[in-house]
Amino acid sequence: MGKFVAVTIVVIAIVSAIPILRHTWWMAPDISQHGAPIDEQMSETMAEAGISFLASQIILALFIWKFSGSRPSDPIKSFPGGAKTMVWAAFLLVGTEVLALGVFGVKAWANVYFAAPAANALPVQVQAGQFAFYFRYPGPDGSFGPLHPDLISEANANFFGIDVDHDPDSKDDIVTAEMAIPVNREIHLLMHAKDVGHSFFVPELRVQQDFVPGLDLSLHFTATKIGRYEIVCTQLCGLGHYNMKAYLSVMSQEDFDSWLKKEAALQ
Amino acid sequence: MHEMSPQPHVAHHVPPTGFIRKHIFSLDHKVIGKQYYGLALVAVLMGMVLSWLMRIHLAWTNYPIPGLHWLSNTGAPGNVMTPEYYLQLMTMHATLMVFFVLTTAPFAAFGNYFLPIQVGAEDMPFPHFNMMSFWVTFVGFLVLVASFFVSDGPTLGGWTQYAPLSAVGAVGGPGEGMGVVLWASSIAIFCVGQLLGSLNFITTTLDMRTRGMSMWRLPLSAWAWFITSCMGLTAFAVLMPACILLILDHVAGTSFFVPGNLVINDQLQPHSGGSTLLWQHLFWFFGHPEVYIAIVPGMGIVSHVLITNMRRPMLSHRVLIYSMGALAVLSYMVYGHHMFVSGMNPVSSLAFSFPTLIITIPSTIVVLIWLGSLYGAKLRINAASLFALGFISMFITGGVSGFFLAQPSIDIMLHATYFVVGHFHMVMGVAAMFGIFAGTYFWFPKMFGRMMNETLGKVHFWLSFVGAYAIFMPFHYLGLAGNVRRYQAFVIDYMQPLIPVHRFITVAALATGAAQLIFLYNLIHSRFWGQPASDNPWQATSLEWSTPTTPPPHNNFGDKLPEVYHDPYQYGVKSSMGDYVMQASPEQVPSEHDEA
Amino acid sequence: MKSLHGCNFVAMLVALAMVAAGALMLGQQVNAAAEGTITGTVKLDGTAPHMKGIDMSKDPYCVKQHENSPAHLENVVVGQGGGLENVVLYISEGLTGNEAASSEEPVFDQKGCLYTPHVLALDVNQKFKVITSDQTTHNIHPLPNAMTGNIPWNKSQPPGAPPIETSWKTPEMISVKCNIHPWMHGYFAVVKGPHATTDGNGAYTIHNVPAGNYTVTAWQEDLGTQTAKVTVAAGKAANANFTFKGK
Repeated sequence: MGKFVAVTIVVIAIVSAIPILRHTWWMAPDISQHGAPIDEQMSETMAEAGISFLASQIILALFIWKFSGSRPSDPIKSFPGGAKTMVWAAFLLVGTEVLALGVFGVKAWANVYFAAPAANALPVQVQAGQFAFYFRYPGPDGSFGPLHPDLISEANANFFGIDVDHDPDSKDDIVTAEMAIPVNREIHLLMHAKDVGHSFFVPELRVQQDFVPGLDLSLHFTATKIGRYEIVCTQLCGLGHYNMKAYLSVMSQEDFDSWLKKEAALQ
Repeated sequence: MHEMSPQPHVAHHVPPTGFIRKHIFSLDHKVIGKQYYGLALVAVLMGMVLSWLMRIHLAWTNYPIPGLHWLSNTGAPGNVMTPEYYLQLMTMHATLMVFFVLTTAPFAAFGNYFLPIQVGAEDMPFPHFNMMSFWVTFVGFLVLVASFFVSDGPTLGGWTQYAPLSAVGAVGGPGEGMGVVLWASSIAIFCVGQLLGSLNFITTTLDMRTRGMSMWRLPLSAWAWFITSCMGLTAFAVLMPACILLILDHVAGTSFFVPGNLVINDQLQPHSGGSTLLWQHLFWFFGHPEVYIAIVPGMGIVSHVLITNMRRPMLSHRVLIYSMGALAVLSYMVYGHHMFVSGMNPVSSLAFSFPTLIITIPSTIVVLIWLGSLYGAKLRINAASLFALGFISMFITGGVSGFFLAQPSIDIMLHATYFVVGHFHMVMGVAAMFGIFAGTYFWFPKMFGRMMNETLGKVHFWLSFVGAYAIFMPFHYLGLAGNVRRYQAFVIDYMQPLIPVHRFITVAALATGAAQLIFLYNLIHSRFWGQPASDNPWQATSLEWSTPTTPPPHNNFGDKLPEVYHDPYQYGVKSSMGDYVMQASPEQVPSEHDEA
Repeated sequence: MKSLHGCNFVAMLVALAMVAAGALMLGQQVNAAAEGTITGTVKLDGTAPHMKGIDMSKDPYCVKQHENSPAHLENVVVGQGGGLENVVLYISEGLTGNEAASSEEPVFDQKGCLYTPHVLALDVNQKFKVITSDQTTHNIHPLPNAMTGNIPWNKSQPPGAPPIETSWKTPEMISVKCNIHPWMHGYFAVVKGPHATTDGNGAYTIHNVPAGNYTVTAWQEDLGTQTAKVTVAAGKAANANFTFKGK
């Protein structure tokens, strides 16, 4: 039976690898400016992980095949070099490999988090609340009016709690249920949580970041491809978590300008 | 001659009389171990049924599931599962499995039964604490199950219970009021039980070893339980106060985890000053060591089972021990890898990622030592060794997916997707379970004096091994494609093409689940009608196989505690018994692999 | 004789029953003949506030239901000629408590990801049904005030789920929202006694009002309440019109 086990392990290892090699189910193509190093990390890690996975499963299978069903008279052999070999192998092969991944991965992370947003980045505020995303654009005055949580009223579509009657900066703010951004323009996303934890995930954009109640975080990114994508919530926020999404439209600058004008008229 | 043993006498020399003292409120570590096993069995069956319900709903959302409304009419009106009920079942599935199965069976059940015997003691030094540890854990279980019966149902916040959702109370959603209070109470109670247990394990290992049993001569399973209990003492000691703070936020008007200015249902919430991330730090400081608490006993058991079936010791006994110890120590430094995109300082994310990558090294050493020890061995194939080998395969797979999750930049794409769910199910839901199975098939004869049915065991292995891969490998593909986790249904456009994969997984899950019934039948049937077992059916060396009777007598070794003459794994020698010499046997043989 | 005793007894019972039934019927006939109605219109004075369009894009199913008829907020719905829809009229003073309870079981539907009707007027303890006509899951969350004795609840209705049958104990204007679709809002207007809701022209008729003097209150969810005193004559229609001032 040992031989059956060995064969099964090898078959499972190879069959598991096939969808990965063929990219049957894979990440959506990257539409971001910062995504290339992330994708590179993913490919390198996949190669190293894949080789480790296949090698170790095959060695396991090989040893099971060879050393099960041996007769009592067979001598017991020791792996050449013994435990020392294994410790060295672990440090040298795996240790250096993972450290390399770690070191090279710093750049991909730094691109997202350690660079400041450009001065002319387009600010867009996103508010996550059970169970929808709403967006706010600052309007021609370029500034966002203050938020008044006590004024929030979903029934009156005042999702952010802005006071257009008393706050001059709020008068031209544009609140939308869909996010649109111009292509090739850096966006400074200001993230605000209304109630509980949520998260902002757009796979194509290579962006995922939690909203933290009590902490207003921000992200910045640039989309490089026109299209319609989905922003999905990935932090369990209650019963409607599965249906918490908004569309992100990446448009040409002109289309974006007319879209923004149209939305402004609907306020 | 009067044998002087160095260890203190335990209070309860006298065997108990009466049914209650023998089987219910027993001070005997063996009974307590079996009670823990029984608890884990009930919990795993519940957890498994919950997973079936979840998988059926994911594959065929909004189809009525016949009879479901009897489980909960609010949760499944007309037998159609509501979104909140899915999340509630998911939370209970995870909580039952992580706490009442994976911490309970490999550690509390087998550890309680076999640690005292493997060190050569009559019992643990604090039998009353030990008894309390089980009953307190059992109360924790009852409190958890009680949440099914409150009007709003159990909490829906996942076993991770992130604040503020978990802390704002019933306004957060169904189950977020009483359900959370019961969950947090249950877990706090569980922590107390496990602290009492860890206390006993540590003192047993350090103080109760019989003559000749040095620390290095302890079997690997004993070392694994010892290391795990050290982790338990520190990790559960953090989770318990965290749960208490959470309960206070619910019942005492505090705001440990809830900041101000939150608006739910258009109402400003009456909280201020709390920190959302504080819960995550407290929880994961416990949570990461917890997953090592779930796997290290399995490593010990699998090593122990494999050695007996390879007829040779591991390439290096001490390196394995050092590696398990390194895993335990490093496990406290990596917890932030659950929080890479949580909003904590991105520099912290990098800081946590390096120890996470480094922890690969002791894990790799362990796997390589196993593989290297297989080389040239005389491998016996039986149900126990099959599950031990399966453990290695699963642990490799689960470990390798960790390479990805250890890197923050890649985690941007994989966090909160099915990739993570696949990773932890591989290591916990499968590898750790295989460790439990290996231990069961191996130690059942000693615990019950009967052999389990080998054929059924092998069938159980094949169906579980192939089935588990069929279920959980596809999770990784789904995750790469961006399938978000904890969704009760897939209504997102880009996830539509993934639904057929979910259907495949569900069918595999139901089939593999059904296969576990073979194990259950085998357990019950063998318990009463299995072939009688000898004292040492596996020709093994450690002290549990030296007991005068099988099952062992009340004080484990009869009148005289054993004296240890050998390292734990003297296989491949020539002795009067064959190719092995038992630890307690005074027979001197030339030892090939003596290291101690 | 024994059997005669028994027969006598039964005969007396039957006679009594017939008399009682007759009295009741007569009594009812007398009441029915004495019941009048209160009728009128509710108008908005001033410009109708702009009801924003609803962007339902987060749920494409909802968007599809409104391909040809875009959805708008329904807080203040003004018809041609300035009539206010969805205003609830009820009797706030003068009820004796003998008014016949409504025997209907009205339906509150979730259709096209909006509540239909937007405002459902109900008697205390009147049974009503919540149903869903949509293929997307909704979650109905009525939000009564904790102090009134009405118990809040929160239930999901996936497509194909059975109706939710329930009632409210205490008079209150209970707002109801959908947890999953944040723009969905409506009201359960729980009142005591006869009531009516204005139609698209702002017109209403309260039926089954016994003769007497009453205060009628008109309630609009954003614009508040107005009252008027009426005297209802038996079998006649009393008139009460209301005008709400626009903001």
